[in-house]
Amino acid sequence: MIRATFIIIASMMLATAAQASEGYAIPLKHISVDLSNKAALYRGALTFQAQCATCHTAKYMRYGRVASDLDLSSDQAKALLPPKLKLGDEMVNFMPADYAKQVFGIEPPDLSLIARVRGADWLYTYLTSFYADPTKRWGVNNAIFPDVNMPDVFAAQQGVQEPVYTDVKMPDGSTEKRLSGLKPPVIAGSMPPAEFNTMVKDLVSYMVYMSEPAKIQRMAYGPYVLGFILLFTVLMFFLKKEYWRDIKQPES
Amino acid sequence: MIQKLGKWIDDRLPVSHFWNAHLAKYYVPRNFNFWYYFGSILLAVFAIQIVTGIWLAMNYKPSAAEAFNSVEYIMRDVNWGWLIRYMHSTGASFFFIAVYLHMFRGLMYGSYKKPRELIWIFGVLILLTLMAEAFMGYLLPWGQMSFWGAQVIISLFGSIPYIGPDLALWIRGDYVVSDVTLNRFFALHVIALPLVLLFLIGGHIMALHEVGSNNPDGVEIKTNKDEHGKPVDGIPFHPYYTVKDLFGLGVFLFLFAAVIFYWPDGGGKFLEAPNFIPADPLKTPEHIAPVWYFAPHYAILRAIPDKFLGVVAMGSAIIILFFLPWLDRNAVKSIRYRSMAFKVLLFSFVVAFLGLGYLGTQPVTYWNTLFSRIFAFIYFGFFIALFLVSKFETAKPVPERVQ
Repeated sequence: MIRATFIIIASMMLATAAQASEGYAIPLKHISVDLSNKAALYRGALTFQAQCATCHTAKYMRYGRVASDLDLSSDQAKALLPPKLKLGDEMVNFMPADYAKQVFGIEPPDLSLIARVRGADWLYTYLTSFYADPTKRWGVNNAIFPDVNMPDVFAAQQGVQEPVYTDVKMPDGSTEKRLSGLKPPVIAGSMPPAEFNTMVKDLVSYMVYMSEPAKIQRMAYGPYVLGFILLFTVLMFFLKKEYWRDIKQPES
Repeated sequence: MIQKLGKWIDDRLPVSHFWNAHLAKYYVPRNFNFWYYFGSILLAVFAIQIVTGIWLAMNYKPSAAEAFNSVEYIMRDVNWGWLIRYMHSTGASFFFIAVYLHMFRGLMYGSYKKPRELIWIFGVLILLTLMAEAFMGYLLPWGQMSFWGAQVIISLFGSIPYIGPDLALWIRGDYVVSDVTLNRFFALHVIALPLVLLFLIGGHIMALHEVGSNNPDGVEIKTNKDEHGKPVDGIPFHPYYTVKDLFGLGVFLFLFAAVIFYWPDGGGKFLEAPNFIPADPLKTPEHIAPVWYFAPHYAILRAIPDKFLGVVAMGSAIIILFFLPWLDRNAVKSIRYRSMAFKVLLFSFVVAFLGLGYLGTQPVTYWNTLFSRIFAFIYFGFFIALFLVSKFETAKPVPERVQ
């Protein structure tokens, strides 16, 4: 019976696994995020400030929180701070919303929580899957976010990848070109692919941290809390056994 | 001195009477198994929700402009705010897990039967109130799923003939879900419904303690008393079941804490990813899924092609539970002594409920709709078949005393 219960609970919770691939042109690339690697998170933070923060806000995040969570020295923290801002400030940008709308067609979304919305794998794949598409405003398109309004901010480092199209037969007999993969750039970027991928991975790790700074805390407290409850439960088990010694157990 | 004070109070307030009547001299069958932990666990979860709720309300702002921001403020800037919030959000899901298991126990051992009909009715009322409480609480973070989930569910009331549109407008207080809706849902979520729950839980337990607990054998222990008038198969709740339930509570809290510290979004089931985007009335999410604990009812709703009839079916799925004590006409309580037919029926019911729960979270497809219909048919079929089968069922002989 106990086993049956656990199966019931487990099947209720696991009903989520089925939503893996959602029909993207290329499969999502998997990365594992390690929030205990604070050096990597700091590199990610620097990349974020350099490449993302001009247009995007991260308005729920404070510079000081990053500094204390990542154990930064005051010089390291200062390297993150834009001019005129203090450590207690939130990560807002300097691009007026109206101007951003004119340039990009939309207001660039706030990125504080984006990793909780999209997930690390999606962000990593997205940031590494821009390709040349001259029909678009910025000359690029994205393999898992078609017609996105964002330019390829890493074009200098990665180079611009080339699309691979396949002919797909439509139900009415005609054929249509569909994106099926990406080729390496014709003109190589300033970073070797491995170095570039590490940089994006660090950036995504930082964004995962930023979406839930408390994750570092809860991971740290978890073992102590569980240990305490386990100790309590074991004590209660023996206490119960002691009290129930004088009760004839029903056979079942 | 302390003894004197104790006596002074006891002469004026029935403290020791209450202690004896409900704990120290309240006799309970000695053969409770795993399934009997959930009552006390539910009380504990209720307490957790009340306490964490109070602390959340200290920092939460119930306005469309500030609600989402204030939740992130709790998650980041309030000391231990993340823990309180995760306890509350995880608590909501665990509340329903425990409620569904607690109800399944009732089904298995016939705990809804005479003389416990009123306990069961109080229980179903608690379930209904809890659903309203959870639904209104889910709007408060003011994310995309909060907003559109509420929009969809409230619009269901609009499908009722004649009064529907006005009723939906009356619930929202506006033509769409808005600041007004959020503010009143907050009031209902933190004051009105918790008070109703408290009252109903009180009634549930008072009714239980009046007639005494059922047990896995379905034997009435009060029919078999010794010379002192104590049930032979009964033991005082305190200390025997207080220590046993503390152990059960420990196991439960371990699982609860494991989720809070390592898996707070429950794989997207306890906290849904689109709910980390602030509510946007102009942008409908691609796929609006209810929280998992409403999924079975939502699947029944979608299985019916007509919207109003779907709402009727969804409502009936809960209302029919009220009639269970009279739909089941067999006097034998426990599944242990009932026929194979009953076991098959109950098993199919559980499969249908879990199946509906899965389908309710998935996008609409041909197969999804087909299976939802089959499972919805089994769900309602259970009650009809039980009404017929229980009349002619040949049960095994029930023992005189608990085994």
